[in-house]
Amino acid sequence: MAEITYREALRRALREEMQRDPTVVIWGEDVVAYAGGGAYGVTSGLAKEFPGRVRDTPIAEEAIIGVGIGAAMGGMRPVCEIMTVNFTLVAWDQIVNHAAKQSHMFNGQIKVPMVIRTPNGHGRTAATHSQNFDAWFAHVPGLKVVAPSTPYDAKGLLKTSIRDDDPVVFLEHLQLYGTRGEVPDEEYLVPIGVADYKRRGKDVTIVTWGRMTIESLKAARVLAEEGIDIEIVDLRTLRPLDLSLALESVHKTNRVIVVEEGWRTAGLGAEIAASLQEMAFNDLDAPIARVAGLEVPMPYAKNLERATLPFAEDVVAAVHAMMQRQY
Amino acid sequence: MDKESLVALYRQMVLIRVFEDRAAEMYAKAKIAGFLHLYNGQEAVAVGSVSALNPDDDVVVNYRDHGWALARGSSARAVMAELFGRATGTTGGRGGSMHLVDVKNRFWGGYAIVGGHLPLAAGLAAAAQYLKTGRVTLCSMGDGSTNIGTFHAAMNWAKLWNLPIIFMVENNQYAMGTHYDVHSAVPMLQKAAGYNMYAEEVDGMDVMAVREAVCRVAERARKGEGPSFLNVITYRYRGHSMADPDVQRDKAEIAQWKERDPITRFARDVLLKRNLVTPKDLDEIQKSVEQEVEDAIEFADKSPEPSLDTLYDYIYQQPVRNMQIAGSLIRPPTIAKDIPTNGKHN
Repeated sequence: MAEITYREALRRALREEMQRDPTVVIWGEDVVAYAGGGAYGVTSGLAKEFPGRVRDTPIAEEAIIGVGIGAAMGGMRPVCEIMTVNFTLVAWDQIVNHAAKQSHMFNGQIKVPMVIRTPNGHGRTAATHSQNFDAWFAHVPGLKVVAPSTPYDAKGLLKTSIRDDDPVVFLEHLQLYGTRGEVPDEEYLVPIGVADYKRRGKDVTIVTWGRMTIESLKAARVLAEEGIDIEIVDLRTLRPLDLSLALESVHKTNRVIVVEEGWRTAGLGAEIAASLQEMAFNDLDAPIARVAGLEVPMPYAKNLERATLPFAEDVVAAVHAMMQRQY
Repeated sequence: MDKESLVALYRQMVLIRVFEDRAAEMYAKAKIAGFLHLYNGQEAVAVGSVSALNPDDDVVVNYRDHGWALARGSSARAVMAELFGRATGTTGGRGGSMHLVDVKNRFWGGYAIVGGHLPLAAGLAAAAQYLKTGRVTLCSMGDGSTNIGTFHAAMNWAKLWNLPIIFMVENNQYAMGTHYDVHSAVPMLQKAAGYNMYAEEVDGMDVMAVREAVCRVAERARKGEGPSFLNVITYRYRGHSMADPDVQRDKAEIAQWKERDPITRFARDVLLKRNLVTPKDLDEIQKSVEQEVEDAIEFADKSPEPSLDTLYDYIYQQPVRNMQIAGSLIRPPTIAKDIPTNGKHN
């Protein structure tokens, strides 16, 4: 067991799967030459290790995804990297109209075993470069959507995603690439569609994923000092959505806060809250609350960016509000 | 080509023509719904192309796909049943007219987002190259699709990676109702020249010309000489789809193109001229095709609708975990008569 970064965990997953299966290739913008491999360094060194299997492509996201779909149809397992999630918008037609639909619309004659790796995130890059479309991807039947929060999950889920026979949108996060965590030296897989408790507690259930899992864990430490014991359910997969742990937790805590990074209106938090109240209305001691990003295009200025995004203190505030409220 | 093969080309073109005419009739009778884009006039393009390819080459086309499916070997029964939305159709009633498919023939489908299939075709070619299968991909598109971003992205990529692919424009000169001169800034071949891609212009009303051109460029691709581009000049006799009243095209223009009809011309200039067939033989072919299409209509009409039990099939390759909990993802296809409840307190 070694402590490695989220970035290194992803790289190990790619390396292991490329060693295991010669049809796995990595195609994307600047995955070979730029800065040694990848705008954020995930594919660093892999091009040398696997000659001809890691290739730089034109900056044409619709083609990166579309060529990936075609190659997957033709018997390969491409891992297509889109530099940031913002640029997937250029390829939205390919993702929604083709990757997601091939199998069902063609009645099982075609399958698309591909992975679309792309990071969410921010970093003073303003409105067009600091967005979160988790809910958009999770809305589409035919896609699988994964958003790991830890190095352990990142590695295990990426390996599973590469072996999966359906198209998987693999949502990484710029703010997580440098985070560290324990990852076993021996091989393991994390299944798609299975949530995970990241903290056990009894007072309030936090349902979250991705970066907000880490922020929620920070919030838990603050709250613990006050004697408030929160439970954190990390969904890990956004489609298919596994609410079984969230449901189990609600039965115990009777209070739920859904924490998401993206815009609140029609966000994934709304779907989760609606589903939980359908399934566990009588267990709830309080209305389900949501913590989400503010609904503005992300500003550049440091203070405005900070104000727009949810952080641990927002989770703490939401828990306080819920605990203090009288019903 | 021997006599049998030449007659087979003729029969295929007649089959497509008769099939499309009868499909139009079935549309008028409301047996077929949605969009129906007919291939009348363009028969020589699909038939000539397919005759030049190996059976395991990859074929990817746009939504005007009935002719391609039939030429590639899908049965008239399966195609008509698909248009009727029946379980026996090429996709069991999932895709309809615009999304025919038959992967056993390596016919990868009709695609209905203009230009959307071009990167997919490049991907199939990339797989053939990487896996060293020796396959060539033929990607057909309309002239209108040469203006969308994916066209340029796929052309650039194919040239860059030297992919074994044929980009074929079925240039019927209209993007729906918009004439080439209104939708494109430069002549078609100049678009290929922009990517330094080998290109030819082909008479799309001549099945042998199409066949020979595809043979030439497929050979290039197989030898590792990379992608090519065929500007196949053709014409569709009917409107863009059955929804198109076709008022914008000059009737005289349509009549002029019909004088160059690919079926009549092939019969006259090749089959009859070389004494390969008699007029009586051609009549018999016509009759046998009419019978085949009539049989396809009867088959489609008698075929069952797809079972509601199949509604969720193939959204994923394996049933997903937790389907009973993710209620919005998998729900039994009961039709609104009772609202499913899945919570223990409901």
